[in-house]
Amino acid sequence: MRVELRVEAWRAWLDERLGTEAVREFLRRKEVPIHRHTIWYYFGGMTLFLFVVQVVTGALLLLYYRPSAEAAFESVQFIMTEVEFGWLVRSIHSWSANLMIATLFVHMFSAYFMKAYRPPRELTWVSGALLLLLVLAFGFSGYLLPWNKLAFFATKVGTDIAGDVPLIGRFLLRFLRGGEEVTGATLTRFFGFHVAILPGMMTIVLALHLILVQKHGMSVPPSLEGTSLKRMPFFPNFLLRDLIGWILAIGALAALAALFPWGLGEKADPFAPAPAGIKPEWYFLFMFQTLRLLPAKVGIVEGEVLGVTIFLLGGIFWMLVPFLDKPTSRRRSRLFTGVGVFFVLYIAVMTVWGYLT
Amino acid sequence: MARARWAVLILTIATLVGSGADWTRAEQKKDSCVECHAALEGSLAAPVEAMREDIHRARGFSCADCHGGDPSRDDPLESMDPKKGFLARPSPRAIPALCGRCHSDAEFMKRYNPALRVDQEREYFTSVHGKRLRAGDTRVATCTSCHGAHGIRPAHHPLSPVYSLRVAETCARCHADVAYMKGYRIPSDQYERYKRSVHARALYERQDLSAPTCNDCHGNHGAVPPGVASVAHVCGQCHVRQSTLFQASPHKAAFDVMRLAECVYCHGNHDVPSPTDEMIGTGEKSVCLSCHPPGDVGYQAAERMRAMLDELSRNLERAQAILDRAERAGMEVSRAKFELNEARDALTHARVLIHAFSVKELENVIRPGLEVAQRGYHAGERALAELNYRRKGLAVSLLFILFLAFLLYLKVREIEGTR
Repeated sequence: MRVELRVEAWRAWLDERLGTEAVREFLRRKEVPIHRHTIWYYFGGMTLFLFVVQVVTGALLLLYYRPSAEAAFESVQFIMTEVEFGWLVRSIHSWSANLMIATLFVHMFSAYFMKAYRPPRELTWVSGALLLLLVLAFGFSGYLLPWNKLAFFATKVGTDIAGDVPLIGRFLLRFLRGGEEVTGATLTRFFGFHVAILPGMMTIVLALHLILVQKHGMSVPPSLEGTSLKRMPFFPNFLLRDLIGWILAIGALAALAALFPWGLGEKADPFAPAPAGIKPEWYFLFMFQTLRLLPAKVGIVEGEVLGVTIFLLGGIFWMLVPFLDKPTSRRRSRLFTGVGVFFVLYIAVMTVWGYLT
Repeated sequence: MARARWAVLILTIATLVGSGADWTRAEQKKDSCVECHAALEGSLAAPVEAMREDIHRARGFSCADCHGGDPSRDDPLESMDPKKGFLARPSPRAIPALCGRCHSDAEFMKRYNPALRVDQEREYFTSVHGKRLRAGDTRVATCTSCHGAHGIRPAHHPLSPVYSLRVAETCARCHADVAYMKGYRIPSDQYERYKRSVHARALYERQDLSAPTCNDCHGNHGAVPPGVASVAHVCGQCHVRQSTLFQASPHKAAFDVMRLAECVYCHGNHDVPSPTDEMIGTGEKSVCLSCHPPGDVGYQAAERMRAMLDELSRNLERAQAILDRAERAGMEVSRAKFELNEARDALTHARVLIHAFSVKELENVIRPGLEVAQRGYHAGERALAELNYRRKGLAVSLLFILFLAFLLYLKVREIEGTR
C-alpha cells in the first residue's frame, strides 16, 4: 500500500512538471481501426524502428570511423576486423539502411493507395515525402563513407547526374563534390551531411510527421469509410504487435549481418579506371536506368538533362498529390490510383531491367 | 633584249623558290627521273611509288642523290649518262659505301638527325654479313636487305621492316629460308624456335617492345652470333641481377673450365622457355642433372633448393586458398591478402636467387616468406573460425529472439482474450 502511494506521488510530481497525465490519457484513447488493410499500418512503425537502429549503430560506428581519404577505408577495415562486434554493427547499419528504404517505399505506396493523404492529412503526406528525400540523401552520402572503389565511382556518376539539374546543376555538382572532382573534400563533406546536417533536418521533419500522425490518427481507406469498424487500443495491443515485428526485424538483421556480411571491396583509387558495369544502389537504379536508356539528344535538349528534369517534376508532382487529387471526384480519384500503379510498375520494371543489363 | 630580261626574272624566281626549306627542294627542282619513271609501268615505275613514303624524300633527297646522273636533262642519254656518275643498280658490294657516303659523315648527318649514330658502316664490316661481303659473298645482307631500298622508313615506324615487332620476320626472310641458307652451315629454324620463346610471347602477345628480338642479342649492324664468352653479357643486359649472381657463384668457374655458354646451357637460346621451378632439383625436367650425378654435393643442393621453393609455393597457395574461401564467405580479409604479397615477392626473389646456387642464401629469403605465408594462413583460419562463431552466435540469438517474439504473441493473445 505504501509503495503504491509513493508511485502515485511520483506520478503526480511528474505530471505537474511534464504533463504526463495528458500523454497517458492520449495513449489510453488512441485506437487503431481493424480491417483487411490494417497490416499496412505496421510499415510506418517498422521504418521508424529501423531508423532508430540506424541512429544507434551509426553512433557506434562514429567511435572508430575517420572521415578522410587517407584513413576512411582503413578505419572501416579496422571496424570490420579488429573492433569487437564492429563487423556486426557495420553490417547491421548497411543492411538496416537498405531495409529501411524498402519499408519506407512500402509505407509510402500503401499510404498512397489507401489515399491517406486526403484532408486533413495533406501535410502528413508532404512531410513524409520530405522524409523520403532525406532518407535517399542519407543513403547517397553514407554510401561514399567507406571510400571504396565502387562507392567512389557511384558517387562520381551520381554527382555527375546532379550536375544535369537545369539552372543550378553546375552549382549543385560543385557544392556536393567540394570542387570539380570527387576527392577527399567530397568525403568530409558527405560525412558532414550524413552525421550532422541530415540528422538535424531529419529530427525536425520526423517530429512533424509523427506529431501529425498522432494528431490525425490512422486514416481509413475511402472504401471502408463510413462503415462501422472494430478498433483496437494502440497501447498495448498495437504496440505489442509492433514490438513483435521489431524483434523479428532484429533477428533478420542479425541473420543478414552474420550470413551476408556487408563487403568492403577495394580502396578507392581516383587514378584507376572506372570498373565496368558500375551501378548505383538499388533504390536509385530506376532513375539511373532511365537516364541510360535516353538518347544523347532529344530534340535540342540533352537526354540526361531531360531525364533529370522529368524526375524533378515527377517528384514535385508526387509531393503535391494531396492538393491535386479531389476525393469528391471519383474519376479523378481513380486516375490517381492509376498513376500510382504506373509509378510502382515503372520503378519495378526499370529496377529489374537495370539489374539485368 | 626583252627575252633576256624575262629569262633573268624567271631565273631569279626559280632561285628564290629553290632556296626554301630542304624538304621542298625535290618538289621544286626539275626531276626528270620522277617525271619519266612515273609515266612508265611495272618495276620501272615502282621506285617512284615506293619513294612517296621514304624518309629521304621527306628530307629533300631524290633519285640522283644515290643513283647519280643529271635529273635536269630530259634526254635519257644525258640524264642517265654514266659519265655523270649514273649508276642504275648499285651492286651489293657497293651498297654499304653508298649509304655510308652520308650515314658515316657526322657533319652531314647532324643536319638531319643529330641523334642518329654514324658508325653503322664501320659496325657492318665487323659483322658476319660484312666480313663475308668483303670476302666476295654477295648473298649476305647489306643495308637495303633489311631497310629496303626505296620507301625506307625510320626504324621506329611500325611499318618499317626493322621495327621491333617486324625484325624477326625480316631476318627470317633469309635465315629461315632453308634453300637460301644451304651452304652456310647454320641452322634455319631460329625463327620458328624464337616464336615459341618467352621473349616472343612478351613481344607479340603483350606487345612489350622492350622484349628482345633478334637484334637485341645479336646486334643489328654488327650482327654476330654471341659466343660462349659473350652470351652471359648479352642476357645480362636485361637480366642484370641473375647475371650478377651467376658471375659470383661457384658455377662461373666450372662453366668456364668446361667452356659452357652460361645462361644458354640451362635456358636455351632462341626458344628460351618460361622458366619453371621444375628446371631445378632432381626431377625429370631438371637441368642440374646434366652435370650433377646423384649423390654429389650439387645434386643435394639442387634437391634442397627445389624443396625450399616448393615449400614456399605450397604454403603460399594454401594461404591464398583459405583466404579466398574466407573472402567468399563474406569475411573481411583484404589486409591479410595484401600482406601475402610479401610472400609472393619472396618467392620471386628466391627464384632469381637460384642463380647464386647457394642453399644458405636461398634459405635467408625463403624463411621470411614462409613466415608471411603462415601468418596469412592463420589469418584465414581465424576468419573461418570467426565465421563459425558468428553462425553459432546467430543461432543462439535467433532462438532467444524467436522465444521473445513468441512470449509477446502470447501476451497479445492474453490481453485480447480477456477483453
